[in-house]
Amino acid sequence: MNVRGILAIYKFEMARTGRTLMQSIVSPVLSTCLYFIVFGAAIGSRITEVDGVSYGSFIVPGLIMLSLLTQSVSNASFGIYFPRFSGTIYEILSAPVSYLEIVIGYAGAAATKSVILGTIILATAGFFVDLHIAHPFVMAGFLILTSVTFSLLGFIIGIWADGFEKLQIVPLLVITPLTFLGGTFYSIDMLPSIWQKISLLNPVVYLVSGFRWAFYDKGDVPVVASFIMSMVFLGFCLALIAWIFRTGYRLKD
Amino acid sequence: MQPVIQIKNLQKSYKGGFQALKDINLDIEKGEIFALLGPNGAGKTTLISIVCGIVNATSGSVTADGFDIVRDFRETRSRIGLVPQELTTDAFETVWDTVTFSRGLFGKAPDPAHIEKILKQLSLWEKKDNKIMTLSGGMKRRVLIAKALSHEPSILFLDEPTAGVDVELRKDMWEVVRGLQQSGVTIILTTHYIEEAEMMADRVGVIRKGEIILVEEKNTLMRKLGEKQLTIHLQEKLDAVPDNLKKHGLELSGDGDSLVYAYDTAAGRTGITGLLSDLSEAQIRFSDIETSERSLEDIFVNLVHEEEDDE
Repeated sequence: MNVRGILAIYKFEMARTGRTLMQSIVSPVLSTCLYFIVFGAAIGSRITEVDGVSYGSFIVPGLIMLSLLTQSVSNASFGIYFPRFSGTIYEILSAPVSYLEIVIGYAGAAATKSVILGTIILATAGFFVDLHIAHPFVMAGFLILTSVTFSLLGFIIGIWADGFEKLQIVPLLVITPLTFLGGTFYSIDMLPSIWQKISLLNPVVYLVSGFRWAFYDKGDVPVVASFIMSMVFLGFCLALIAWIFRTGYRLKD
Repeated sequence: MQPVIQIKNLQKSYKGGFQALKDINLDIEKGEIFALLGPNGAGKTTLISIVCGIVNATSGSVTADGFDIVRDFRETRSRIGLVPQELTTDAFETVWDTVTFSRGLFGKAPDPAHIEKILKQLSLWEKKDNKIMTLSGGMKRRVLIAKALSHEPSILFLDEPTAGVDVELRKDMWEVVRGLQQSGVTIILTTHYIEEAEMMADRVGVIRKGEIILVEEKNTLMRKLGEKQLTIHLQEKLDAVPDNLKKHGLELSGDGDSLVYAYDTAAGRTGITGLLSDLSEAQIRFSDIETSERSLEDIFVNLVHEEEDDE
């Protein structure tokens, strides 16, 4: 395995984060603070508790998940799309690095940024609400698993996109709506029966629920279902990436 | 001795059906400078891209140092350096960082002394802390060469390395390339500057419409295909070539003060004696005679046109 090659890509991507600190870290943290103020304080003050948890605390896992999904996708997609756009991808493709090593480098860096971001948002949340994490290791596990999975999805989008507009379409028109409708700000138990059933088709429901279970020992779906769903999605992304590299789709054709 | 690069029956077709390469067979010898010439769209860059792993071949095989480029990609790619045609560099990194990145990407342990040596060789040392976006086009071209040399390749592909580079810089680069060859690096270059191939190459290949139409030692090629021109400077201007001289295929120069005669050095009879005799008979006096050889560029243009005419 070309460990130095992986590290070169990883460090390059992490250095990019350092150069774009405002965009990569400060902006999502500020957005999350605004959510806390609007939903937690302004609206939350009118909602007493959800499943025995104060509304402000209830939305913390969902908010972290919201940032995690959007940032993982946008970081990883931009990371691989930009070399394609600028032409510097030639160097990656002509280097003695395997496809797996390329993915580890790019998706690994994007996932690392997301985990750092999630941790910062978690710490920020501590300033607004009382936090209690019932299963810290499960929480960390879901944090990492979700970051990796959505970074892989971002990598796929970065390969598929042939313009900056397409790069934005999936995070804006798919990920964000699914996250908002995935129980970020509410429990799906609060929905009418038919919408509860429809919500179960939304994969983000399982991610938010599993993450929330790690905090409060309560979720919309069993934690095992959340875990299985996460693994299925991870497997799907890996299979798609394997196909991309096997066929050279948008890279070598 | 086994060729350092062996290309067998290589074909590349794109989705729309366009066949970029048609059954290419080519051997590159160790330590040589091989110039691949061809008009735009002939398939030069596609060929290089396949050998370097950037584009998948449709069929055929390529080996580098005896290793298959697909099966043993780590072995082949670690031996190959590529300077692409386009100025595709990062923008926000410094020169030092981007060259160090390239070395790491190719799996080599950090070696600041080696990076320093390359940057000094390419006159980039003073710019090592500059962001790439602040460099001129010529300097960016040097950065691409530095990146390609960072992992100490034994085979170097230079795809139009001096395109858009001023004359002085071009000569500097030729010196670097010669130095690399002396240190044992095999160099394959494509170029639009035929003068470059003429000066640098040991062997020349011509590719046209995805087919290799000629591979030859440069000197042999120039000897084989080399025509000479005899220019006769006249004492008095002519309006047209006299009738008794037309059989020699003479051309009258633009202002009518010289006649140009092309002859084949490889032919047994050059026809010069007959021409001079006919000139004397026509009472045409001349002040000077000079001969000149055809350049590789003339040969290249003729070759490509001949092929077109054959179709």
